[in-house]
Amino acid sequence: MNDFVAFVGTHADQLLRQTLTHIGLTFVSLLLALLIGVPLGILIARHARLASVTLGVAGVLQTIPSVALLGFLIPVLGIGIGPALVALFLYALLPIIRNTYVGITEVSPSVTDAARGLGMTDNQILLKVELPLALPVLFAGIRTATVINVGVATLAAYVAAGGLGEFIFGGIALSNTSMILAGAIPAALLAVGFDAGLAWLQHRSGRRLRVGAVVFALLLPMLSGFALLPAGHDRLVAGFAHEFYGRADGYPGLQKTYGLQLTPKLIDQNLMYEAIHRGQVDLISGYSTDGRIKAFDLLVLADDRHAFPPYDAAPIVRQAALDRYPALGTTLNKLAGRLSDSVMTTLNYQVDYQKQSPEAVARQFLQRTGLYKTPSPGERTQTIVMGSKVFTEQYILAEIYRQLIEGQTQLRMVTKTGLGGTQICFDALRTGAIDFYPEYTGTGLLVILQPPADTLRTMSMQSDSVYAFVDAQFRVSYNIQWLKPLGFSNSYALMMRRQQAQALGIRSIPDLVRYLQR
Amino acid sequence: MINIQHLSKQFGGFKAVDDLSLSVDAGETLVLLGTSGCGKTTTLRMLNRLVEPDGGTIHIDGIDVREQPAPELRRRIGYVIQDGGLFPHYTVAEAIATVPRLLNWTPDIIDQRTRELLDKLQLPVGSLNRYPSELSGGQRQRVGLARALAVRPPVVLMDEPFGALDPFTRRHVRRELFGLTELSETTVVLVTHDVSEAIELADRIALMDKGRLVQIGTPDELLQRPANDFVRDFLDDKPHRLRG
Repeated sequence: MNDFVAFVGTHADQLLRQTLTHIGLTFVSLLLALLIGVPLGILIARHARLASVTLGVAGVLQTIPSVALLGFLIPVLGIGIGPALVALFLYALLPIIRNTYVGITEVSPSVTDAARGLGMTDNQILLKVELPLALPVLFAGIRTATVINVGVATLAAYVAAGGLGEFIFGGIALSNTSMILAGAIPAALLAVGFDAGLAWLQHRSGRRLRVGAVVFALLLPMLSGFALLPAGHDRLVAGFAHEFYGRADGYPGLQKTYGLQLTPKLIDQNLMYEAIHRGQVDLISGYSTDGRIKAFDLLVLADDRHAFPPYDAAPIVRQAALDRYPALGTTLNKLAGRLSDSVMTTLNYQVDYQKQSPEAVARQFLQRTGLYKTPSPGERTQTIVMGSKVFTEQYILAEIYRQLIEGQTQLRMVTKTGLGGTQICFDALRTGAIDFYPEYTGTGLLVILQPPADTLRTMSMQSDSVYAFVDAQFRVSYNIQWLKPLGFSNSYALMMRRQQAQALGIRSIPDLVRYLQR
Repeated sequence: MINIQHLSKQFGGFKAVDDLSLSVDAGETLVLLGTSGCGKTTTLRMLNRLVEPDGGTIHIDGIDVREQPAPELRRRIGYVIQDGGLFPHYTVAEAIATVPRLLNWTPDIIDQRTRELLDKLQLPVGSLNRYPSELSGGQRQRVGLARALAVRPPVVLMDEPFGALDPFTRRHVRRELFGLTELSETTVVLVTHDVSEAIELADRIALMDKGRLVQIGTPDELLQRPANDFVRDFLDDKPHRLRG
């Protein structure tokens, strides 16, 4: 609770901006839905044949899961406010069309007949009789649409459109409950507040309702205006993942080490690469061995001052297994230094983008480096169990290890891929369920060992020293060894499109800082 | 005042009104009487063009109704339907002002006319800001009539105007309303299936069956000299008929 209050206190500016953007997104899309949905509802109330088709289509749109809808829209509209508004608009459409239609068709025929008999024109009947009488039902639809939109607008943070989802997704990525609540509570309050306000309006009668509707109609564009709050502009547009933006060794580390000052857009980390590829952002946070670096021809900016902790990959092995099977350690160490950043990036690219199997990619790699041997026949009695986490790079590494060991030794390999995240994998190793798996020094340090902040501050973040530290600590605490590093580091990295970076003469983070300050 | 010649209307293959001719004099109250589906309501609705005829002509005050835009025609013809046909979202004052506003009367004149009608129809002044749901059935009917009479139309059409009221209230409201001088100067065409209502209110009754006019005349004429058995049976006491 205190954490939460403290978080809100220190992030009040951000919270206010996100809340206003959230309100803006909700009401711009509602306004659009009203501008399209009300005339459409009127139209289908007049032409019954169109009603079932229109309501059917709007109903189908409603059933598309919101994340999937954003997924469909991004290739067309890119990232930013566009896809978010279109998605919200589509969700708001059904309740508006349906309730306009129902509201109008439920007006008693004797009332419209009387109106016509008194000499009202069709337009007068619509404006003076049907729409006013449909207002309570229409407002019920507006309520539904608003509540849906407040909820769905949290997803806008996926596509760099801002809103309270920034805190929610950031909080989830960082396992920071206060941050999640700082986004979720205001979002819930907005939903409840708007619902109550509109419910109150809906239950006014006669003239008051009509006055209320006019006031609401005037208020709507004003609330919508919040979506257009000016965002800061940098000479280069940065799009960062929520986790990177919040983690001490991510953006805050960059600020501290290089004095980098940006107002980044926050975006889902998988969409980030797509966004830089399409030129919607110029600078992203990513991982230094991601296959998309090669696929999209990105340039990783050199981190001269080691703001990002090194994430050197190396197999970590139970001492017991090394003692029992001496061949294991020597065989694994044959890979030492064989996988540079660019080699690993290429392997990831081959699997992720060229859709080759990890098995084939691993074999080609081993053949290229001369380490491949066809496994010799013969009974294998001694078993080694290997684990891996669930992402491409780990699958490839697991395949390389399996083929290497089966080719070079008489050990039998059992692979347990798909052990989820670090915690699960490491627990399996510690308890002896597996004998080894590939780990990263930075993860060993920050996730597993978690030394006190004081220790971290004084530590050198050079690759060698971090490696030495984790190896020593793991031997003492867990009786686990870090074998020789493979040669690449899958660490955080800032990256730009190669072409743009070259045109601007930016090769490193200090270059970037200089460019931004110019 | 109203002259109908060879009027006919079909819905699908069904002849709702079949070659109907009749005329209504100024200030007269003509009751269109008949069973459900005899074409009386369709006839009434063709007078203000809520239904467009397939054949025949209608002249009101010498002018063919089809020679003018329907909304303009209707604003000069009062229209009263069952239960008043009031708009649920209009107060009594707004209801009475409906047609005057369509004709762009000034607020002063509308206000003056509204009070005049309230007085004549014995509606309490306090009811001006009430909504239909807050009124009794009889009050709603009076407001419906006030709305129809607001611009002093020379012709008023009424479609089962007392149909939603219980028998006692119906008699009461009927006597009261038709005692009004406002109405006695107006040409009224009223549709009903209620024989006693027709006999009580009509200057003349037009009895219809299957879209055709069977007999038209004063209530006495129809009672004394029915044109055929249908007329006699229709006007006869219902209990007696049931016994027969």
